[in-house]
Amino acid sequence: MSIDVRAVRARYPVLDRELDGHRLVYLDSAASSLTPEPVLAAMEHYYRWSRSNVHRGVYPLAEEATDLYEGARTDLARFLDADPRGVVFTKNATEACNLVAYGYVRQHLGPGDVLLSTVMEHHANLVPFTQAAQAVGAEIRHVPLTADGQLDMEAAAELLADGRVRFAAFVHVSNVLGTINDVARLTAMVKDANDRAVVHVDGAQAAPHLPVSVRDLGVDSYAVTGHKLLAPTGIGALVARPELLERMEPFLTGGDMILDVTLEGATWNEVPHKFEAGTPMIAEAAGLSAAITELESLGMAQIRAHERAFTARMLDALGTVPGVQVHGPKDVDLRGSAVSFVLEGIHPHDVGAMLGSRGVCVRVGHHCTKPLMRCLDVAATTRASAYIYNDVDDLGPLVEGIEAAAAFFAR
Amino acid sequence: MSMEDLYQEIILDHYRKPHNRAPALDDEAVHVHHSNPLCGDEMDLRIRVVDGHLDAVVFDGEGCSISQASASAMTDATIGRELKDALDLAEDFRLMMHGEGPSRADDLGDGIAFTGVAQFPVRVKCALLGWMALRDAIETYESGSSAHTVTHEE
Repeated sequence: MSIDVRAVRARYPVLDRELDGHRLVYLDSAASSLTPEPVLAAMEHYYRWSRSNVHRGVYPLAEEATDLYEGARTDLARFLDADPRGVVFTKNATEACNLVAYGYVRQHLGPGDVLLSTVMEHHANLVPFTQAAQAVGAEIRHVPLTADGQLDMEAAAELLADGRVRFAAFVHVSNVLGTINDVARLTAMVKDANDRAVVHVDGAQAAPHLPVSVRDLGVDSYAVTGHKLLAPTGIGALVARPELLERMEPFLTGGDMILDVTLEGATWNEVPHKFEAGTPMIAEAAGLSAAITELESLGMAQIRAHERAFTARMLDALGTVPGVQVHGPKDVDLRGSAVSFVLEGIHPHDVGAMLGSRGVCVRVGHHCTKPLMRCLDVAATTRASAYIYNDVDDLGPLVEGIEAAAAFFAR
Repeated sequence: MSMEDLYQEIILDHYRKPHNRAPALDDEAVHVHHSNPLCGDEMDLRIRVVDGHLDAVVFDGEGCSISQASASAMTDATIGRELKDALDLAEDFRLMMHGEGPSRADDLGDGIAFTGVAQFPVRVKCALLGWMALRDAIETYESGSSAHTVTHEE
């Protein structure tokens, strides 16, 4: 069954807004998704009805708050086909990546070890690991790209050949190119080359859009963020094998993450709680559960099918505009719904300003992927990215806005 | 936002037909390279100094229309000025970008068309790029050097 976009759109109050008389066209979901009514209601219900702290109170409100928070953990584990004991809540995917960099890489890698990354990483999945590798004296290698913006798997095999890669961190879906990486295959390659190697994946752009089974991917940890999958800002997660978490050190300490504390020291709570110091994001967890319910009721396979079809039409539409060059795979089976492009001779800031003046929301800039921008030999791109609430009516304003920018800024 | 608030016709004229845009300068005293990594804007600015005055100012580079047009207007407004006077004018433009009324509106020339950019905080650094490069070029000259590279962070 395909998605009824009209019914979906009715659940997003912001889509009723007009901007200077223009219909709001939101094509920036790769930056942050919109929020449906049930997510807003879940957060408000917590604040209005169950407001209290988690894990300690023995009265009904505190039990409800704990149920909301721990319920989000089991919901996210089910959504990603993972073990709930491996779900650590963080404030976003960036913090989840940092948790692995600090808790694992800095504890377990050293001189002679190699950390494998790629040139298409978001800074969130690159900088923490670059810093960690340098701190412990490990070498870093980067998988290059093929001409159509996929990871070069032959080059990856060569980088793995000496068996020294002890840790790999790479992205599932590129936030710029849209490329869907073959995570299962690359993970197997890493582990075949060194059975002690640990694989961490940035799933921030994948979990909102594709059916994801962390178990089937075979990875050791997987970072996600709530605000890209209909949930509020301020909640993300590291979804890991509990055995990996057991081997990691906490990098935030304090309340709630301890088992016992003396004046001289402390012992840690069991996983995943040893990584969640202090009062967590409770309303946001309630919102995350509601968001997962939204996604599951639509069905991730249906969401993927909708976006695949939309992306094909978007690529076709962009192909009709003179001077537009799209980066990343042209085959919609190989890509997600984030489409980056450049308009010849016109800076993305100017393109984005023109689109914004017509109610069309896109992202312009380097998208926190400076090394990738250098590979593509561009300073910046314009990115249009779709989700469940986009329909073909959004494509006309996108194309007309780009054409208007081309005319307005023609020299 | 309105496109007309941001992109005044004078700005578009400078963008389409920039003044004093050149990749080199005879008898160049100072060459500075400024970049804005958040936008990917790059600017090379060269000055020639004669008797304590800006005898020539040329720029080259890549960037959005605001950054390129602002640099073009800046060259018109500063060529021929004493170094200290040009620095003072650059400060006046900077304050204008932060919402203060310019005290030397006439001297800014076409630079005054960028007043509206102050309403668009993301674009302020674009409009400032050429002016900040000029200030750096003069300060580099006064320090006795001939080249300087600056990366602008937000």
